[in-house]
Amino acid sequence: SPHFPPLENPGVRALQRQVACEPHRVTPVCWQMRGSRSKALHDRALVNCQYSMATFSTGERKRRPHGDRKSSEMTLHLKQTFEAAILTQLYPRSQIDIYVQILQADGGNYCACVNAATLATIDAGIPMRDYVCASSAGFIEDTPLADLNYVEEAAGGPQVALALLPKSDQIALLEMNSRLHEDHLEQVIEAASKACKDVYAVLDQVVRDHVHEVTTLLGE
Amino acid sequence: MASVVLSEAEKVYIVHGIQEDLRVDGRGCEDYRCIEVETDVVSNTSGSARVKLGHTDILVGVKAEMGTPKLENPNEGYLEFFVDCSANATPEFEGRGGEELATEIVNTLYRIFSNESTIDVKSLCINPREHCWVLYVDVLLLECGGNLFDAISIAVKAALFNTRIPKVRVLEDEEGSKEIELSDDPFDCIRLNVDNVPCIITLSKIGCRHVVDATLQEEACSLASLLLSVTSRGTLTCMKKLGNGSLDPESIFEMMEVR
Repeated sequence: SPHFPPLENPGVRALQRQVACEPHRVTPVCWQMRGSRSKALHDRALVNCQYSMATFSTGERKRRPHGDRKSSEMTLHLKQTFEAAILTQLYPRSQIDIYVQILQADGGNYCACVNAATLATIDAGIPMRDYVCASSAGFIEDTPLADLNYVEEAAGGPQVALALLPKSDQIALLEMNSRLHEDHLEQVIEAASKACKDVYAVLDQVVRDHVHEVTTLLGE
Repeated sequence: MASVVLSEAEKVYIVHGIQEDLRVDGRGCEDYRCIEVETDVVSNTSGSARVKLGHTDILVGVKAEMGTPKLENPNEGYLEFFVDCSANATPEFEGRGGEELATEIVNTLYRIFSNESTIDVKSLCINPREHCWVLYVDVLLLECGGNLFDAISIAVKAALFNTRIPKVRVLEDEEGSKEIELSDDPFDCIRLNVDNVPCIITLSKIGCRHVVDATLQEEACSLASLLLSVTSRGTLTCMKKLGNGSLDPESIFEMMEVR
């Protein structure tokens, strides 16, 4: 179950650890208001992401933790997802850094990253339109499957990754690879949406419990 | 090294406190913070360990793979080290920012393990000149809270202790070609003897006293540090001086008395 270390300096910087789902762990986010003059946007905040995998996270040892094509693509996807969700207009000429570190990979890397980064952003106090919940889905043996693990992903069937804003049912990111007949597409997206909504319920409960705990500790 | 910005007043406060053997968190000059060591954290690896020393958090994973022995040591396997400074530790480590620190740590680890008695590399050999076990030791810096080298050395030792290398048999054909057979039982494996793996102790000189296990703030006040790698039997395997200040030869001997 997820746990939160005490917030060091809530207004400025928040570091959070989260176990997204065993055995797949993601250690996310750091948020700083840094005056990065060169790349600053005049009307909104810049969202800067880095996706990094530990070299021992996959079955085969990975040589470069970040900087290769796959990591750059994931970084871009995360950036795209969070630019859609964070209210960047509130922080012009500032930068929000989201660093995601994969400790162990067992399928659904991108989805766990998004879920972890959502929680971390909430923990940092950055206003968002809605939670961003993500889940993967596939289609094996005429059955839609939600949340594929590594073995199911490696089987080579179609995989869909979906990032959803649950309250408004808006899709932040939709990605599919391999081949899927269009008749089956609706079922698969349906399965992924339902999984996202389930994740939303879990994340929401965790946030509420944490806020309750913190307010009790701070004393009324 | 990741560092914090301290005001002059804060530095003076820390330095004066240490002259009186009182550090900011109430410790004495020779006290360590509470250390948490957890092994077998990552199931994908042959061995892993996580060490938390105050705010410093290190994760080490060891993967055993088959390779060819090096030409100069055909009867031995070997260890390869890699350090990754995660951007979570400080934003300075984003992209290629952490490479300098990573190289420094890797070089120190290689020096410590270059000693023959540290790890029995002959036991990692399967077929002389043809096959051997290569242990890839990957260190991941999750959080920087001062005293990195000590925590890393403890984590590496714990991860090597936790490493399980599967037993293999070499079958020889009539034609002379060799085949390697992995044992069917997943629990049938060899463990490494880490009794002689040293631990690093870093002594930082602050004012005219030296402290053990410095936090980030204390490191910012220290002129220079001495890094010693010591085995359980008390033999010194490596020594290194870090930092811009200069150390008196006498103070070096004084520091060595501490450990």
